[in-house]
Amino acid sequence: MGFFERLFGKKNSADSAKERLQLVLIHDRMDLTPAELDSLRDDLIATISRHVEIDAQSVQIGMEHDGRSQRLVADIPLKGASRRRAKRSK
Amino acid sequence: MPAQVITITSGKGGVGKTTAVANIAVALASEGAKVVCIDGDIGLRNLDVILGLENLIVYDIVDVIEGRCRLRQAMIRDKKLPELYLIPAAQTRDKNAVSPSDMNRLIKDLRNDFDFVLIDSPAGIERGFKNAIAPADRVLVVTNPEVSAVRDADRVIGILEAEEKGPGSLIINRLNPTLVKNHDMLSADDVLDLLAVELIGIVPEDEHVIIGSNRGAPVAFDPKSRAGQAFRNIAKRLRGEKVPFLDLDDTGGFWQRLQRLAGRK
Repeated sequence: MGFFERLFGKKNSADSAKERLQLVLIHDRMDLTPAELDSLRDDLIATISRHVEIDAQSVQIGMEHDGRSQRLVADIPLKGASRRRAKRSK
Repeated sequence: MPAQVITITSGKGGVGKTTAVANIAVALASEGAKVVCIDGDIGLRNLDVILGLENLIVYDIVDVIEGRCRLRQAMIRDKKLPELYLIPAAQTRDKNAVSPSDMNRLIKDLRNDFDFVLIDSPAGIERGFKNAIAPADRVLVVTNPEVSAVRDADRVIGILEAEEKGPGSLIINRLNPTLVKNHDMLSADDVLDLLAVELIGIVPEDEHVIIGSNRGAPVAFDPKSRAGQAFRNIAKRLRGEKVPFLDLDDTGGFWQRLQRLAGRK
């Protein structure tokens, strides 16, 4: 990497390689295409919505890894809880 | 004690599997171990030329499996190391000429006569690879510090785990310390972070490797070669010795030495 690239804040190539690989490996290991992951997300939202009211727009699904083991992590904010709490405080 | 059966594989082609097999075999046999290496790359055999034994081939592994010769007749003894043998691949057949159970049967016959059986796997994750890992007690995965090789190594490690052969131990081959220092090559730590497996060797890029393969004399024979030293260390680790990893920072350039003198690493 040259002086000017560094001067203009261009990332060094080893860092780009590592970051790109991190993403590629997550998808390779998961064995799910982005489209399949979207459909999993929709199914999750539909199932959970049958039981509790959730904020479907803010649902986040991501992968975490610890060594070679992968974990699907979902963050599903509930709608009901905050509203009920608000009602009670009235 | 029965032999340790070790398969060397990689997923991606051209990362140095055959070179690794030849050098580890030479290093083990130089220390007195009885070693047989098997070329599993049927149709694209190369271990014979890397070891400099190409003119001595009469029978090959498919001849043994199909009963045209006895196992001992297909074993070529190395010219320099009397305890090192090669079973060459067939050149005019394809991977389907051999099955995983053929490999298991063949290796069973070798286990009692050797300390190490090294199997050179072909690239890819198909039949030839499956044949090569079937009899393995241990698998070494060779990669280069480069995106496509690391990605393919990860796939292979995943398959090894699924087949209960893994996760395998990693050889990072052809690491260029100067590029790593300039942050233009993944470091060994980067590769280990990404793949999360045990490391068994880091082999620096070294022109002696090409010179050695030109002559059919693997660099593990050359006491001055850094890559040769790295392969000798891998052989020691396979025998259970604890050997520290080479200090690859020692590139020996004028600027590096000056920086070290100035206390900047």
